[in-house]
Amino acid sequence: MGQFGIGQGVRRLEDQRFLTGEGRYTDDIVVPRQCHAFFVRSPFASAAITAIDIQDAASQPGVLAIYTAENLSQAGVGDIPCLALMTGRDGQKVKTPPYPALARERVHHVGDAVAIVVAETIEQAQEAAELVEVDYDPLPAVADMKAALEPDAPIVQESLSSNLCLDWAQGNETDVDAAFAKADHIARIELVNNRVVVNSMEPRALIADYDPQEDKFTLHTGSQGIYRLKDQLCQNIFNIPADKLRVITPDVGGGFGMKIFAYPEQVACLFAARELGRPVRWTGGRNESFQSDTQGRDHLTTAEMALDKDGHFLGIRVSTLANLGAYLSNFAPYIPTGASTQMYSGLYRIPAIHAEVKCVLTNTVPVDAYRGAGRPEASYVMERLVDEAARVVGLDRGEIRVRNFIRPEDLPYDTGLNRVYDSGDYPRLLKEACRQIDWDGFAARRADSRSRGLLRGIGLASYVEACGGMGEEEARISLDPDGGVTLVIGTMTNGQGHHTAYAQLLHDKFGLPLEKIRMVQGDSETVHKGGGTGGSRSLLMGGVSAQRAADRVIEKARQVAGEMLEAAPDDIEFDEGHFRIAGTDLSIELSEVARRTHEGAGNGLSPIEETDGYKAEALTFPNGCHVCEIEVDPDTGCLRIVDYVVVDDFGTVVNPMLAAGQVHGGVAQGLGQALLEHTVYDEEGQLITASFMDYAMPRADDMPEVKLTLIEDMPCKTNPMGVKGAGEAGAIGAPPAIMNALLDALIPAGVTRIDMPATPEQIWRALQDSSTAS
Amino acid sequence: MYNFDYHRPNSVDDAVRARGGSEDATFLAGGMTLLPTMKQRLASPSDIVDLSAIQDMTGVCEDDGRLAIGAMTTHASVASDPLVNQKIPALAKLAGGIGDPQVRNRGTLGGSIANADPSADYPAAVLGLGATVKTNKREISGDDFFVDMFETALEEGELILSVNFPVPDKAAYAKFPNPASRYAMVGVFVAQVGGETRVAVTGAAPSAFRVSEMEAALSNSFSADALRGINIPADGMNSDLHGSAEYRAHLVNVMARRAVESLS
Repeated sequence: MGQFGIGQGVRRLEDQRFLTGEGRYTDDIVVPRQCHAFFVRSPFASAAITAIDIQDAASQPGVLAIYTAENLSQAGVGDIPCLALMTGRDGQKVKTPPYPALARERVHHVGDAVAIVVAETIEQAQEAAELVEVDYDPLPAVADMKAALEPDAPIVQESLSSNLCLDWAQGNETDVDAAFAKADHIARIELVNNRVVVNSMEPRALIADYDPQEDKFTLHTGSQGIYRLKDQLCQNIFNIPADKLRVITPDVGGGFGMKIFAYPEQVACLFAARELGRPVRWTGGRNESFQSDTQGRDHLTTAEMALDKDGHFLGIRVSTLANLGAYLSNFAPYIPTGASTQMYSGLYRIPAIHAEVKCVLTNTVPVDAYRGAGRPEASYVMERLVDEAARVVGLDRGEIRVRNFIRPEDLPYDTGLNRVYDSGDYPRLLKEACRQIDWDGFAARRADSRSRGLLRGIGLASYVEACGGMGEEEARISLDPDGGVTLVIGTMTNGQGHHTAYAQLLHDKFGLPLEKIRMVQGDSETVHKGGGTGGSRSLLMGGVSAQRAADRVIEKARQVAGEMLEAAPDDIEFDEGHFRIAGTDLSIELSEVARRTHEGAGNGLSPIEETDGYKAEALTFPNGCHVCEIEVDPDTGCLRIVDYVVVDDFGTVVNPMLAAGQVHGGVAQGLGQALLEHTVYDEEGQLITASFMDYAMPRADDMPEVKLTLIEDMPCKTNPMGVKGAGEAGAIGAPPAIMNALLDALIPAGVTRIDMPATPEQIWRALQDSSTAS
Repeated sequence: MYNFDYHRPNSVDDAVRARGGSEDATFLAGGMTLLPTMKQRLASPSDIVDLSAIQDMTGVCEDDGRLAIGAMTTHASVASDPLVNQKIPALAKLAGGIGDPQVRNRGTLGGSIANADPSADYPAAVLGLGATVKTNKREISGDDFFVDMFETALEEGELILSVNFPVPDKAAYAKFPNPASRYAMVGVFVAQVGGETRVAVTGAAPSAFRVSEMEAALSNSFSADALRGINIPADGMNSDLHGSAEYRAHLVNVMARRAVESLS
């Protein structure tokens, strides 16, 4: 292992650039002859469009064109597809209403794009957009998913007969019924998994261009992988061959799942660019992000657990309503179903599991994957349910978990839900986390808080997620003239530090300094395939691919070195950047081989460039334990996190500093969801929390110090690197740990239920209500 | 943002004249409310009269036992001013808790009170200290200045030049910030000044207001316990998704007690 290789907390190669303002995001790119797009968006959650008059707007200075759905339809531009065609319990596929880039005849949520105005300047486009006269005939709307399932609810999508687009179930209902019939104890909870607005720091942005000479599009846009987007645009939307669209993703300022998907603005701007023969650019304003970026979560769940007299889990039954918004975004139906229900076993031995999910359309912004995508929802259900079970049975909340955990000797363990856990020691992680926070000494600290008039609580969550090994990936590595290497890879960093991590892997292979290891991503002209970044897959899929391609490059270089040293390749060792004839001091550097291959090109030699890939063999199961201690001020309802401990098993850790950064960011987002982030639609479907004045994002001073321990001695057994993934874990563990601690604090005051986001007023009100009730 | 004509006068007279030139003209102080409103196209003034070049509108000086603070003095300047910290530390603390560093470096005292945002911090101090607002036309008692939500006693085109704060025997400000915006959801300024006890509340209602029952109780006994049981009626309180009227009314008592406690 090299000095900067696997396991070292080296500083990020990206930081100098990003911290000094030298990042190059989509909006930083200026192209000749560019013009600007501004979207006319619906102010209504549901309305029929009776007429659109563009005449006045079109005659404004600088205006180049105004397009509506009619233009797209005439040109045969297709709708945005739903790519997760789940099959429901009745054998029926999910109902997929049309998702046009510009609203056809009807708008379905506030912010729905109705027209695109293109002008020489953004100001001119915006001025003209205000003059586009859209005649709306407002219709009844429904934003609440429970209300949307009522028999007389307004129909969100006129092509469907109801708002239930998928009725899904998984597991064995008969076994579960039997488990409940013989149970000594039954625990039951109802939960809200609140909707969140993703709020990436960099808004969505794009530059669409079209070259009439080549009949070819170029799209610069933020994404989490160019090919998922490119394939949809070519195959489903524009019906063009793959070589007629180049997609380029430069630096991306945060995606969190939200930037995976195809969006209406990309389609409309590409169309406009082709019509006008000029590059059309658009950068979303924050107000547009709130009403057009896919949102996350938004579930209502009822969960029950059957237990025997000793607190062993016999079975669970979970019923969820999932709000998918007005249209089905690319993966929307998969998130609350396959991605979530298959994780309902948590880290526990549960003989019988049954889950049902009703996916509901409402007149709200579409909902899709958000950091964790289904696994946080599952973990939140399980870990809140296990706490309730401990209370019902009368066991310590740590003890009931240990009693029911899948034990190391049970591994590999098949949960019965298409998930086989390969490695880990769940009791050990819980015990370590509880030791660090001094779980056993809590009573004294609670008494101390009480003497100061404060309510203290402690809570934990042992989470597991499924990630990493999805699809396949390919890496191409070239040996450059200066002796450095360039990695071409189809994953897509959104700020996580991929370049640093890959450079560490390749440093171990080539012995090169990190700065000589370059990375190319996000351009379909140079990157030939790739599954992108999501589901904590990049390090595993991209990393193994890169290592394999590196081995191939070294093998090729060994041949050249053999010729240069006049020795048989088999006799040549490669170490720390040197090829050496074994047992001698005769050696040459990798850079000399590189120079030779480039200089000698054409004379029987050629520059070395090798490709290899990795196809996922199995999912990985990062897991860990978050323990959280909080104090509540009953006078105000304010909550303060006093202590926060995380013990994570991510398998092999390439860079502990990057991994810690992922945990910190994930905890911040989990804390935000648990305590602050509240997405509120009113009855007419207006988004009330449509700016940072009303939508509370976590700030630095909301964050506790996260005391993180990475357990690195249990590598994943189903992949060559032993990595399990780290990107989503923090956002999965934090909400249940915080909410379990909060409920623990409030129970002595008589509170029995508290939901996210637990804002000060919610907490104060719960305390008021319980004191009134008693 | 819509187009407008921009003026940057050097004197108060020129500013008032420029402002009088059009009925849709507006003064620009720090712009912390005006500029975002314009960017969102919710305001479209024909003329902007930028006050930042008028030198005698900034700074702090002692005037007959009072602190006169120029209307264009930024929150950051008030927060760090040695004289303010020495004479009215509660005012320095209040200014230092407004918004974030960017806001504090741009936002001004005059801009804040002229806007009379129901959740701004300064109104609590103006009312709580019994300050006097000095304009280009007259002096307005702090008690008469705040009329209603976003409404003050200022006449059309009247310009605040400074605010004169009496130096209190003691004063404290306790604020419960809105979790999203960090504006005051409830802020209570408590002071003993010029022989009277004042309790002024911002954030809770459409306009800053005084609580006479609390003032009487504290005059009797300046202690947090004296405030227990003095409940503010929820009627007339602001109500939004961050805080219902009932919660705000409750917080008035809590914050008043915390302000008093911080002085003991």
